Amino acid sequence: MGRFDEKTAVVTGASRGIGRTVALRLASEGAKVVVNYSGSQEKAEAVVEEIRSAGGEAFAFQANVSDADQVKEMMDEAIKQFGSIDFLVNNAGITRDNLLMRMKEDEWDDVLAINLKGVFLCTKAVTRQMMRQRAGRIVNLASVVGVVGNAGQANYVAAKAGVIGLTKTTAKELAARNILVNAVAPGFITTDMTDELGEEMKEQLLSTIPLGKLGSAEDVAGTVAFLLSDEAKYITGQTINVDGGMVM
Amino acid sequence: MLSTVLERVTKVVVDRLGVDESEVKPEASFREDLGADSLDVVELVMEFEDEFETEISDDDAEKIATVGDAVSYIKEKVGE
Repeated sequence: MGRFDEKTAVVTGASRGIGRTVALRLASEGAKVVVNYSGSQEKAEAVVEEIRSAGGEAFAFQANVSDADQVKEMMDEAIKQFGSIDFLVNNAGITRDNLLMRMKEDEWDDVLAINLKGVFLCTKAVTRQMMRQRAGRIVNLASVVGVVGNAGQANYVAAKAGVIGLTKTTAKELAARNILVNAVAPGFITTDMTDELGEEMKEQLLSTIPLGKLGSAEDVAGTVAFLLSDEAKYITGQTINVDGGMVM
Repeated sequence: MLSTVLERVTKVVVDRLGVDESEVKPEASFREDLGADSLDVVELVMEFEDEFETEISDDDAEKIATVGDAVSYIKEKVGE
């Protein structure tokens, strides 16, 4: 028996990184999970397989979160197969880092489309179902750089700051319907995304983290799970930093 | 006997907004007269969709402001 028995979750960008860990975590606590992916079908199927072999329920669904029609198809399929959508975890994200002066328009557009518009579209697409249910939880993956800024990531930072604002507004609009919306802002977490950073960059980063180490995807997934649990039923509109104390 | 569109709309409005049936007149505005907020109106439209087994697009939904708007829209839509 887990705390998410009988619950249904849609996790975007769940084929790898934090999204994968969140999907596995929710499933391990009993949730039925839609493993959304955009390109990595094999990896998404592997996540589904891992959930099923542990006795859980899941299916993979390819959808580009910045495409309203694909998003709607995914949510319709989730309702068709599982009967409800209790949790939405907006995790899908990309980076196209560059200095502002060198940043191309399409680098800006791509990141904003996936990381910010994607959250809007997925949220909009589940709202109707959650309103009918008179219950729902949405957790958006932001980033501490969305709070403090980060050189070389104007697009990503703008999107993540946008996610924090969107989280607050959605929380206010939907609170009366018992739909709770929060954000989790990871700091430096060991994922494919941070593995790309150079050693020197990593050393420098560690010196800015009071806890002196990178976080793990499990650290983030644990916070997401908390926000989806009954224990968090009086929390909405918040952004929780999971960053080893980097931003206070 | 089948209820009329007006009767069915009235029942949805009474149930959802908790107003008295006598207040649900055709000219009554959901927001101005019946105390609905904007999210209530969204939900009313969702309930009309369920009640009449039809889909109401966002564009159409925005034009539904009064009880009469809802009744005439639904009549046209379901061909009554």
